[in-house]
Amino acid sequence: MLSIKNLHVSIAGKEILKGLSLEVREGEVHAIMGPNGTGKSTLASVIVGREDFHVDSGEIMYKGRDLMGLSVEERALEGIFLGFQYPVEIPGVSMTSFLRTAVNEHRKYRGLDPLTGAEFLALMEERKELIEIHSDLTNRSVNEGFSGGEKKRNEIFQMAMLQPALAILDETDSGLDIDALKVVANGVNRLRTPGNATVVITHYQRLLEYIIPDFVHVLYDGRIIKSGGKELALELEEKGYEWLKLQES
Amino acid sequence: MSPEKTEQVLGRKLISLFDSHRNHISRYDPPFLQGIRNQAMESFRKAGFPTTAMETWRNTNLERVLEKDYNIIFDPPEAPVDLENVFRCEVPDFNTHIISLYNGWYISRDTPLLTLPNGTIIGSLAQALREIPELAEKHFNKYAGAMGNGLISLNTAFAQDGVFIYVPDGVEAYKTIQMVNILNRDDDVMVQNRNLVILGRNSRLRLVHCDDSHNQQPSFTNTVTEVFLDEGATIDHYKLQNLNNSSTLVNSSFFYLEKESRLSTHLITLNGGLIRNESFVRLSGPEAHADVFGIYLMDKNQHVDNQVFMDHSAPVTTSNQLFKGILDDQASGVFNGHILVRKDAQRISAYQSNRNILLTDKAVVHAKPFLEIYADDVKCSHGATVGRLDENALFYIRSRGIGEYNARLLLMYAFAAEVIRRISITPLRNRIDDLVKKRLRGELAICDQCVLHCSQEEKRYSFDIDMSKI
Repeated sequence: MLSIKNLHVSIAGKEILKGLSLEVREGEVHAIMGPNGTGKSTLASVIVGREDFHVDSGEIMYKGRDLMGLSVEERALEGIFLGFQYPVEIPGVSMTSFLRTAVNEHRKYRGLDPLTGAEFLALMEERKELIEIHSDLTNRSVNEGFSGGEKKRNEIFQMAMLQPALAILDETDSGLDIDALKVVANGVNRLRTPGNATVVITHYQRLLEYIIPDFVHVLYDGRIIKSGGKELALELEEKGYEWLKLQES
Repeated sequence: MSPEKTEQVLGRKLISLFDSHRNHISRYDPPFLQGIRNQAMESFRKAGFPTTAMETWRNTNLERVLEKDYNIIFDPPEAPVDLENVFRCEVPDFNTHIISLYNGWYISRDTPLLTLPNGTIIGSLAQALREIPELAEKHFNKYAGAMGNGLISLNTAFAQDGVFIYVPDGVEAYKTIQMVNILNRDDDVMVQNRNLVILGRNSRLRLVHCDDSHNQQPSFTNTVTEVFLDEGATIDHYKLQNLNNSSTLVNSSFFYLEKESRLSTHLITLNGGLIRNESFVRLSGPEAHADVFGIYLMDKNQHVDNQVFMDHSAPVTTSNQLFKGILDDQASGVFNGHILVRKDAQRISAYQSNRNILLTDKAVVHAKPFLEIYADDVKCSHGATVGRLDENALFYIRSRGIGEYNARLLLMYAFAAEVIRRISITPLRNRIDDLVKKRLRGELAICDQCVLHCSQEEKRYSFDIDMSKI
């Protein structure tokens, strides 16, 4: 589904990703771990098409297409979703109209009629049910005044509404207490199907107790320096990143 | 000798027109008015038109406007104007009493001065000055005269007609009054109408005032409105401006608030060549309160200038100003908000905020808050911001599959919505909501889309984006 080969990316002349390669297939959950400042969020941003980043070389193929020519919104409509590390507050734009617009844009892209107000509300209820989110975030402006936990839950809720083929969750676990973490993990697990894939970017092994990855990758200094199964996460937790750095050198 | 400046040419022409038409202009004036007119003309002779050398006019230059040779209409329309042909109200569920000024003259289907069973008087100012001069005399030019600049003096000297509204003590005008100013001429005209609104004690009025062009003809409207609120009176006032790009409008409104009265005024500027709104508010009795709100959406070479003078002259008075604007292309904007708290006017709250979004590098805005405070128990705040659309928010919206164009609209609309949602008349709010969306999409036509004055049946407008819940 996603195939990244020898990707070099810079921002404002500074190279962040230095030859990163990654293969993600349908049905898989990948975890990308690594210390701060190694390029994890840059990777997420480049996949979804943030324009501040410059791809110097390498390629990103998604469902057999080169992603480079697609805008942010086209990538979203093609099924790529980013769960933001820092969801943006948008005062004055209600969650309901924001999501309804997004859902209808996706439907239009697939040649479907837009949902009516009633159909949309029913869909929201169904998806809330599915991921077991009961708090009412939808009557408020997008992320405005939300607590850290509410913002992250809201990202998962949006994911549930849009049902992406490829979800990238950028440190969705940061700043969450254990209950919120469970809600987020539960949502991800509920939304998992044989046809979609999830890339979980995280600092800590903790989230991976609830979302069981098929593959764990360690991102260090702009490259993936080690890949393995879920046991790699435990090993990292135990030995720390220093252990891998030593192995590298 | 230096060549004569163009504005001096127009000024001289107006002075000479006044001298030659003085008797004609004042032929129906009650005695009190003649002295006022002559005095006002003297003031104009001295002051002339405002220039950029004046502090509050520094960023609004009238030179180009004054280059034109405008015609003055000294007589009302000869043939009766059929209102049905001029406009039909298509705002759903908006049940209003409609009155209209046609090229500055009051036109009516029935009588030029109507007295409703509850005592409310609505009609032509010229007629009111003739029929009920005592009532008019108490308030006419009492508020505008004191603050005069050249343009206000000129209006006082020349104005022959306008709208007169009187709401007696304790009466709540049962319908919203819609005042439509229509300009429909084939030549360049200067229109100077004068409006007087008197609210008795504990009375209540909702007034919607539209300025609307009918064609693309250049015009210069210099309008003055005086509103007197007696104790405990309430007015909910809306000024909607949707004029062509060759038009100039200087709209000076004076609100005089007695104790416990409440003003809410909204300046909604959708289109116009050069628009200047001056709002003078005098809070002269305890517990008077004023809300002055504005939204402006300008593009091309349009210019909008909002001036607010909030005069807290009595203790325990409160005021709130919120102006928001979006400027595209080479459009320019000005906001000058002056709050004056006079000596001994204690326990005052006065707030002011002006926020702007500039969509291009060439759009400009000059924002200047000015607080002048001579009392010590005062809560005041002011703030002005000028910015771009939030790039992070745009990215976030687009990352959910909403295209850049709609993402920008969504953010602009959300920005404007803070002012729109304060419109308390629901059908009007819905209609303005639609107009703002159209305006933001660049789909607002001038001649037939005034809020209250639509020549064709219109469906409730909806975005691909459903913004109804914003």
